Amino acid sequence: MTNENDLEITCPLPIGQYEKIVMAHGGGGRLMQQLIDNIMLRAFGSSSLKDKNDSAVLRAQQGRLAFTTDSYVVNPLFFPGGDIGKMAVCGTLNDLAMSGAKPLYLSCGFILEEGFAIESLQKIVQSMAQQAKAAGVEIVTGDTKVVEKGKGDGIYINTSGIGVLKTNLDISPSNIKAGDVILINGDIGRHGIAIMAEREGFHLEEPLESDCADLSGLVEMLVDAGLELHGMRDLTRGGLATALIEISASASKHILLQEADINIPKTVRSVCELLGLDPCYVANEGRFVAVLPAEQADQALAIMRSHPLGENAAIIGQVEAAERGLVSMKNKIGTTRILELLSGTQLPRIC
Amino acid sequence: MKYIDEFRDHEHVAVLAQAIKNSCTQPWTLMELCGGQTHAIMKYGIDQLLPEQINLVHGPGCPVCVTPLAAIDKAIAIAALDNMIFCTFGDMLRVPGSAKDLMTVKAEGGDVRAVYSPLDAVILAEQNLDKHVVFFAVGFETTIPTTAMAAYQAKARGLSNFKLLVSHVRVPPAMQVILASPENRVQGFLAAGNVCVVMGYHEYLPIAEKYQVPIVVTGFEPVDILQGILHCVRQLEEKRAVVENQYGRAVTQAGNVTAQAMIARVFEVTTFAWRGLGEIENSGFQLNLDYAEFDAAQYYQVAHINTREPKACKSGEVLQGILKPFDCLEFGKRCTPENPLGATMVSSEGACAAYYAYRRQQSLSEE
Amino acid sequence: MCLAVPGKIVVISGDDPYTRTGDVSFSGLITKVNLAYVPEVKENDYVIVHAGFAISVLDEEEAQATLASFDELKQSLEQQV
Repeated sequence: MTNENDLEITCPLPIGQYEKIVMAHGGGGRLMQQLIDNIMLRAFGSSSLKDKNDSAVLRAQQGRLAFTTDSYVVNPLFFPGGDIGKMAVCGTLNDLAMSGAKPLYLSCGFILEEGFAIESLQKIVQSMAQQAKAAGVEIVTGDTKVVEKGKGDGIYINTSGIGVLKTNLDISPSNIKAGDVILINGDIGRHGIAIMAEREGFHLEEPLESDCADLSGLVEMLVDAGLELHGMRDLTRGGLATALIEISASASKHILLQEADINIPKTVRSVCELLGLDPCYVANEGRFVAVLPAEQADQALAIMRSHPLGENAAIIGQVEAAERGLVSMKNKIGTTRILELLSGTQLPRIC
Repeated sequence: MKYIDEFRDHEHVAVLAQAIKNSCTQPWTLMELCGGQTHAIMKYGIDQLLPEQINLVHGPGCPVCVTPLAAIDKAIAIAALDNMIFCTFGDMLRVPGSAKDLMTVKAEGGDVRAVYSPLDAVILAEQNLDKHVVFFAVGFETTIPTTAMAAYQAKARGLSNFKLLVSHVRVPPAMQVILASPENRVQGFLAAGNVCVVMGYHEYLPIAEKYQVPIVVTGFEPVDILQGILHCVRQLEEKRAVVENQYGRAVTQAGNVTAQAMIARVFEVTTFAWRGLGEIENSGFQLNLDYAEFDAAQYYQVAHINTREPKACKSGEVLQGILKPFDCLEFGKRCTPENPLGATMVSSEGACAAYYAYRRQQSLSEE
Repeated sequence: MCLAVPGKIVVISGDDPYTRTGDVSFSGLITKVNLAYVPEVKENDYVIVHAGFAISVLDEEEAQATLASFDELKQSLEQQV
């Protein structure tokens, strides 16, 4: 409907097939609707999304709720073992699982850079849908924005998640006691080194894949077994060392690790040696540590090892008697060193 | 990994630690002069394996620590110039200058890149002929041949957009300054193994002779370092003072003559102002006349930089082994790894940073 | 200033003495390394690599001799006890 006094100028963009994201895809108009319908809705398919309301209205749950959010920025967007979409779903599912919650719903917000290939967006969204479906989780609400070329790194994704706690278990570092043991579900360093190898074009003799995975199923088995989980944390940026330093600081307890019990894949080790990186600080996306009473360690290990994501689970340390928040590691040669927080990311060194 | 794992073997470590204990009948002060060895000592807790009588001191072997503040300020100023790609080893990115660090320059819009090799910077120069590419050439003799080759290749390819900001140093003159000081307490040295891969160890023969100190060329794995310490202690106990080569699998007396030839082709020896130690003659390198066109310090006239060193810093005495880090009033108080006042706290391999980590370690083992 | 790692030369490429490179294997990772400073190197040699350059050919006999010296040391310590 036109009006002579209407000064608003509508850009007469045709609704056609675009190969790349244009500013209009974030404009709130037909082009954006088409993008959302064809790509997000088609892949995610939840009824909440199809209703296209401003917010998703969800059923109340029996039990406490866990709520988390995370944003995902990675280069390259596609890497051996995954992509930014898989990370965005698994990362948030894992954060919910670390509280002992069963994940139920996710939101996702996209910030797309003008010029981003729509085919890439399609792949990423489908990857997210696949992960969510496998986890039995619905993506119920979302948002899409477009920024000008040069103002975004292709795509940024934010996911928030809601989960429900079926037990009264309070998984908190404040419950950690001297004598507790530290378990991990596998080896360390795959994600960070796989990403670096892809980005820098390293030639690896054996391909290395990111360990990016949804841990919620494995963790659910531990929770359902009624284990007394005193602390859990998934390892992300900053690696094993950072996760444990955070736990020990919250708990004000001394954690002692055994280097000989920490499994590092051969290729991860080699890349770290060459660049002067410490594998204990390299990123992971499918690993977590659990702190629980020593008497329950065998049971926990058996449960973990029965699951594909825990086949190489191991006890890697214990909580000492000292009431001080720090992490130390006993080396293979029998000496001990303290693991400190890095000030930023690890940088390759020459020295 | 072959030729690494064997030199980390815990049985060999135990044997060497016992042998050191058996050999040592009195206190000895030994100095190592290599950031890489400092790092290994910290990482493997070598000090925990030594008898209390052995005082292991960390000398000025960390190039990050000894790079003059003025050079860092200059690097920061050059990195901030328009149309510039500033390349550096990762180690230098967070070293604070008088006002900021290279990481901040990047955050403010500068194109600052960490590279693994100086040749990466040459490639960038070739791929970006419309830009300036400067490589921050920091390091001891191990690294100098790699910078020399970068200059050689840049010249051969006519890359006039490529420049080097040079801050290279030599170990032997620093060693002599330490030994010549009336306050010197160092009785034996572990010489940096990879420096000697390039330069050989012939330069240390007259030093050992003149000052009557044992000097043992030592590798970097825990077994190497312990064997180096053992040989040094044995010499001291037997009142010998010669140069020994523990790192025989990589080092010869003459060193790598091909690498030395390339260094001589591109560089000449000059006076260098070591952070914390002051000016030492013939202890640094600058581009010679044939390669002067690549000198970034001459080429880029940057505005006057107000370089100020904190007065309270005692790096100089720490680097010479005269003062222990915890003897400094600011250690652990105003001066920490997060807020370093001077050279030796700046890098994780600096003596003060190493002691900061040890201190926490010691209080741990006191329980 | 010396992070240098030993690796095995798998393939040598190029003829120019200053730009000759080797594919060096570090137990799972292969990188291209400049061989200008090790003109005598052959395939299957071990080299010490620093900042993208081989700075030395590793003397395997010397390495074995160093390792053997620890066994000798162990024996002499046991005899002392």
